[in-house]
Amino acid sequence: MSYLDNILFFIILVLGVGYFTINVKKIIRNIKLGKDINRSDKPSERWKNMAMIALGQSKMVKRPVAGILHIFVYVGFVIINIEVLEIMIDGLIGTHRVFSFLGALYDVLIGSFEVLAFLVLVSVIIFLIRRNIIKLKRFIHSDLKGWPKSDANYILYFEVALMSLFLLMNAADYHLQLLNVGEYHRVGAFPVSQFIEPLFNGMSESLVMLIERGAWWLHICGILVFLNYLYFSKHLHILLAFPNTYFADLNPEGKFDNLESVTKEVKLMMDPNADPFAAPAPDADAVPAKFGASDVQDLNWVQLLNAYTCTECGRCTSSCPANQTGKKLSPRKIMMDTRDRLVEVGNNIDLNKGTFVDDGKSLLNDYITPEELWACTSCNACVEECPVNISPLSIIMDMRRYLVMEQSAAPMSLNAMMTNIENNSAPWQYNQQDRLNWKNEQ
Amino acid sequence: MSESLMVPTMAEMLAQGKQPEVLFWVGCSGSFDDRAKKITKAFVRILNRANVEFAVLGTEEGCTGDPAKRAGNEFLFQMQAMMNIEVLNAYEAKKIVTACPHCFNTLKNEYPELGGKYEVVHHTEFLKSLLDTQRLTIEGGQFKGKRITFHDPCYLGRANKIYEAPRDLIQKLDAELVEMKRSRANGLCCGAGGAQMFKDAEPGNKEINVERTEDALETKPEIIAAGCPFCNTMLTDGVKNKEKEAEVKVMDIAELIANAQDL
Repeated sequence: MSYLDNILFFIILVLGVGYFTINVKKIIRNIKLGKDINRSDKPSERWKNMAMIALGQSKMVKRPVAGILHIFVYVGFVIINIEVLEIMIDGLIGTHRVFSFLGALYDVLIGSFEVLAFLVLVSVIIFLIRRNIIKLKRFIHSDLKGWPKSDANYILYFEVALMSLFLLMNAADYHLQLLNVGEYHRVGAFPVSQFIEPLFNGMSESLVMLIERGAWWLHICGILVFLNYLYFSKHLHILLAFPNTYFADLNPEGKFDNLESVTKEVKLMMDPNADPFAAPAPDADAVPAKFGASDVQDLNWVQLLNAYTCTECGRCTSSCPANQTGKKLSPRKIMMDTRDRLVEVGNNIDLNKGTFVDDGKSLLNDYITPEELWACTSCNACVEECPVNISPLSIIMDMRRYLVMEQSAAPMSLNAMMTNIENNSAPWQYNQQDRLNWKNEQ
Repeated sequence: MSESLMVPTMAEMLAQGKQPEVLFWVGCSGSFDDRAKKITKAFVRILNRANVEFAVLGTEEGCTGDPAKRAGNEFLFQMQAMMNIEVLNAYEAKKIVTACPHCFNTLKNEYPELGGKYEVVHHTEFLKSLLDTQRLTIEGGQFKGKRITFHDPCYLGRANKIYEAPRDLIQKLDAELVEMKRSRANGLCCGAGGAQMFKDAEPGNKEINVERTEDALETKPEIIAAGCPFCNTMLTDGVKNKEKEAEVKVMDIAELIANAQDL
């Protein structure tokens, strides 16, 4: 008769993991819509970055309050997953606390899970207060209107629920252990839930067992629901922070990429032996390169990975000089827009049996306006701030390239500056022959 | 001051069959902007005093292409880069020093892939090396005990992680170095980067240079030190906006060193 439980558990597990796998494949497919870029060099430096920045949270603690609370939640999340492993085995083969044979070690494990769960609970409640009561500027910013604001709160509510269920389950278990009911023999240490346990005094054993089983089921189902929620949420960063920090740009922040397609043309232009009237090379049937980016397919796959990784913390926007002085640019919005458009393009592909059908929209204009792009000072504050090494700046620059090289749509004053450089090799109207005049001026 | 400056060009050096120790890349600001020309001359006076054999390209120098690149015009950038690289390579330039962090960043990071591989240093690093090797000695002079705050240029600081050289120089003047609340990697931009120098700001509620100048004035400085001609312009305008130009001066690190020497 108890097989029913195990079969039900198995079905829930397969559904939960299966649906998540399908969606992960979609994410990978969407990221691969980006252009190729080689980020396989210097693997040791990349592993080191991932270890320091994603695993070690080194950039999070630049803002100590959020940083330390985040570490509690993060460590809690990682370590409590050991407990989830036990829950899975118990669920599948019908044991109860299968790891309890570990004895004293088991006590230490359960005890530390409890302490961590409590710390997670406290941290998450502080996070909720920061968002909804203290209302920190970056959390009530206009970028987050609607779904992103709810998303952030849902994640926190979810964590409150999961941690509470975990502690409630342990408290009920501990209560039954003390009464020595059935399979509830004395195992584990309950430094936190021992204070919840007295709640059950006076309840019937069967009611407490029902609560214990109920909390157990809700906890594991909650985890599977949360896993599947990731796909729709900014919370994907818990997984993608790792590849994102691995594949991040290793060059100095000031180094912007040189477009190879441009290099070829410029070299040809400057080659005195090149025949300007020569017929195009035989491989000219290739699609002419588009300069810069007007849509997500023009970005490279690391930029698209960046967009899925962004957890909308807003450190970038809060440090952006343009945003601080009231301009429309918000680096966080650049990342959110890129993801939203990428998801839209992905859904379009799903609807049209694997091919993208032009929907008359693009990342440029429909999501990101030229006004936002032209407000950027390229100061790299956003790149420096990002706790997981996302570069909103690289997207801004690629979109400026499209505006200037494909549409000649630079602001008038910048066109004047560029004309000066073309004519006299300086951004102002001074003759190149006068470049050394300063030497003799008093 | 009356002493005339010795500014040999690479062409003159070549004619004498000589290769200078370092090529001084003056940049467009340093060549044409009235305020920045003073920085250029201050730096040259120091080079002359320290007997550094240097040379400039003079009329053979052209914009590195930085503002074109950051404005999105990769074509124009690469045209400028290729032309400059041809000139630099023809002179077999090995080491380049410049007082402009934008030129510095472009020459150092973006030229190598296009065939221009040089050792590129910012003038604050170069000045520090002159002091470290005792080719130049300074005493605080007129800056002793003065409150000086340093504004990190984005293209020197965050972009290339050079934070200490300019600060070491200020400290060598026996001045009191005071830090702004946002400095080094957290430094706030002056508002000129990314080609903003050449356009009006997008609509907002404040100018970035005013925001940054407020950071600087909070430290109650006598001098705001800069290491970039664009930052210098933006902060000078900011100080004027705050009507503090009588009390607070905006000066380049090279000017501080030159003035301390009475050069």
